[in-house]
Amino acid sequence: MSTTAAPPGADRILDIAEQLRRRLDYSFRDQIVEAIYADAHAIADAAVRHVRPAGPTWDERIDRIITSRIWGFPIMLVGLATVLWLTIIGANYPSQAIAFVLFRVEDLAAGLFDFLGMPWWVTGFLWHGVWRGLAWVVAVMLPPMAIFFPMFTILENLGYLPRVAFNMDWLFKKVGAHGKQALTMSMGFGCNAAGVIACRVIDSPRERLIAILTNNFVPCNGRFPTLIMLAVVFVAASAPPALASLAAAGSVVAVVLIGILFTLIVSWLLSRTVLRGEASSFTLELPPYRRPNIGQIFYTSLIDRTLFVLWRAVVMAAPAGGVIWLLSNISVGGHSLTNSISGFLDPFGMMLGLDGVILLAYIIAIPANEIVVPTIIMAYMGAGRMLELDSLSALQALLVGEHGWTLLTAVCLMLFSLLHNPCSTTIWTMYKETGSKKWTALGALMPLTIAFIVTFTVAQIVRLLS
Amino acid sequence: MTTKRPKSIRRWTLPVVEPGGGARQLGIDTAEVDHVVCLAGNPNTGKSTVFNALTGLHQHVGNWPGKTVARAEGGFEYDGKKYKLVDLPGTYSLLSASTDEEIARDFILFGQPDCTIIVVDATVLERNLNLVLQILAITDKAVVCLNLMDEARRKDIEVDHERLTADLGIPVVPTVARTAHGMPELIAAVAVVASGAIKTKPRRVRASGVAADAVEELATIIEETYSGLPNARWVALRVLEGDKKVEDAIKNGELAELAQATGTA
Repeated sequence: MSTTAAPPGADRILDIAEQLRRRLDYSFRDQIVEAIYADAHAIADAAVRHVRPAGPTWDERIDRIITSRIWGFPIMLVGLATVLWLTIIGANYPSQAIAFVLFRVEDLAAGLFDFLGMPWWVTGFLWHGVWRGLAWVVAVMLPPMAIFFPMFTILENLGYLPRVAFNMDWLFKKVGAHGKQALTMSMGFGCNAAGVIACRVIDSPRERLIAILTNNFVPCNGRFPTLIMLAVVFVAASAPPALASLAAAGSVVAVVLIGILFTLIVSWLLSRTVLRGEASSFTLELPPYRRPNIGQIFYTSLIDRTLFVLWRAVVMAAPAGGVIWLLSNISVGGHSLTNSISGFLDPFGMMLGLDGVILLAYIIAIPANEIVVPTIIMAYMGAGRMLELDSLSALQALLVGEHGWTLLTAVCLMLFSLLHNPCSTTIWTMYKETGSKKWTALGALMPLTIAFIVTFTVAQIVRLLS
Repeated sequence: MTTKRPKSIRRWTLPVVEPGGGARQLGIDTAEVDHVVCLAGNPNTGKSTVFNALTGLHQHVGNWPGKTVARAEGGFEYDGKKYKLVDLPGTYSLLSASTDEEIARDFILFGQPDCTIIVVDATVLERNLNLVLQILAITDKAVVCLNLMDEARRKDIEVDHERLTADLGIPVVPTVARTAHGMPELIAAVAVVASGAIKTKPRRVRASGVAADAVEELATIIEETYSGLPNARWVALRVLEGDKKVEDAIKNGELAELAQATGTA
């Protein structure tokens, strides 16, 4: 567009406006707004005929229970537990089936490569590295996501999320944050990057920053499989079989609650220190309950969410699988790089109740949290190939039997997974949303520091007591 | 080209449209469009659902206010004309300085859409009309999509859309976007407004008192300076409120260009 000079008359308009403005007082805007409201009222009065039934509508009756002081929180907890429980019991079998098929493909393809006389390192890198990484991610992540996301989307389309925000509003207000942070936090369960973008619904810059910086404390879908797997292998295994899946769901709910607790604590700390200020009030409309549109739900949850997240994980997992294979097969001074690096990290890992391999996996998995467990397993298995890991009992044998994991390891890993730094996509999204390197750095390093402190404390206390 | 006198809105009746007929969804293919149409409305009135119904796209629909944070664009074709559809963030008003309201207001003012579809929730009409009246202060070319008629019916609320059409001076089309009810009629209404086949007579709010006099005085001068500007009263109001963006538009000639563009259209 060409910049034209001010047209004749422009200055005159602004001058007269300046003069007129002096005649006006601050009720000026009120007068205008009142005129609009009065007009809207008159028009609506003429066009709307209200045949309101006696008594509250069923929407209002449901809301009275769902947002009540007594039932609001129990209903949310039971809802969350149910969703997780269905995910856990529903995902187990398909996960095994997918793993079985994909690892069989690995065997067959590797066999074919050997038969064709390919160099061992080509076969190893491609099939035992890249492919195995992919297979793990798909087998571990696809089934839970394909169950969790549709349920989450149904709740969203029904209109439950604003009720959650309504129930939790007072908590966030108490810690000096915005009530809508409950909404952005809920979106974070799906994906933290999406949660950070959703923070745009918060108008006040101060409260928006708090919501962005703390979004990471709720586990996203990339981290749920890690939590679920640990819960199944360690918590469910020590519970009676009939209650196993309930115990697993219960422990994941506990982790989620710890995450929400940290969200509140850190929000409180931020609003008392670097982001000082009062909580601003807002009107939250409770939308009517709407019948979810089935086609829309399948599209949103399976295409937009499941396949999107899975694709991202696959893109990240392929190189990670390759890196792990290389680290395990390149030897310097008689030791593989995996062994050297994890050996170096081991003392530090032990302090946190973890070990060197887990830390190494977290470093490799910075691009995407969802590949942490596959990376750990690949690192443990190293060059030792052909271990069929298509069942949870095999996984338990590997982790507990061969690498000395205890319940403490599982608990610390769950806490670390919950609290540590956000994935690279989320960090990048934070940078785009805040436009500030300083806040992005804080958003990445603060959770990591908290994760170190918490796991260190837990590990030391447990070791002291035992 | 023959000049046909545009039909007056008061005699405007809904064109008869075969259900589902006529419109073709174009998804995101918005190259070389004939008309630009935007979607405005209060949060959670179903703008994204209307957007998806018109374009065949799958903009994420969630049942919570404030979900559409980025501007979505899509397209559809009707009666041989291509339309670009822009989904604006939902706002309760256009008076405050929040980002959402600025995006919506700037698009309606400077983006010069050929038609603005104002999606309103039929169950809470009065509150939604506040925004409708504010939009009608900026643009003549608008259509009201009276959405969620099924919920209104369920709540025993009857809305007389013909009365609304007469009072607002723009077409009002009752719809249930979720099931695509009323979408063909909506598209037909958009087409006649965008092409100028009918001339709307948008309701303009007149305040009384000192404030109104000041607005009136300034608006007269603005109208003299920029003949053809459809929203002199609104511009006057904004200038009196000290709206920097509108003041800048006066200074750098952007408003003059706007007046020229609408004047010759």
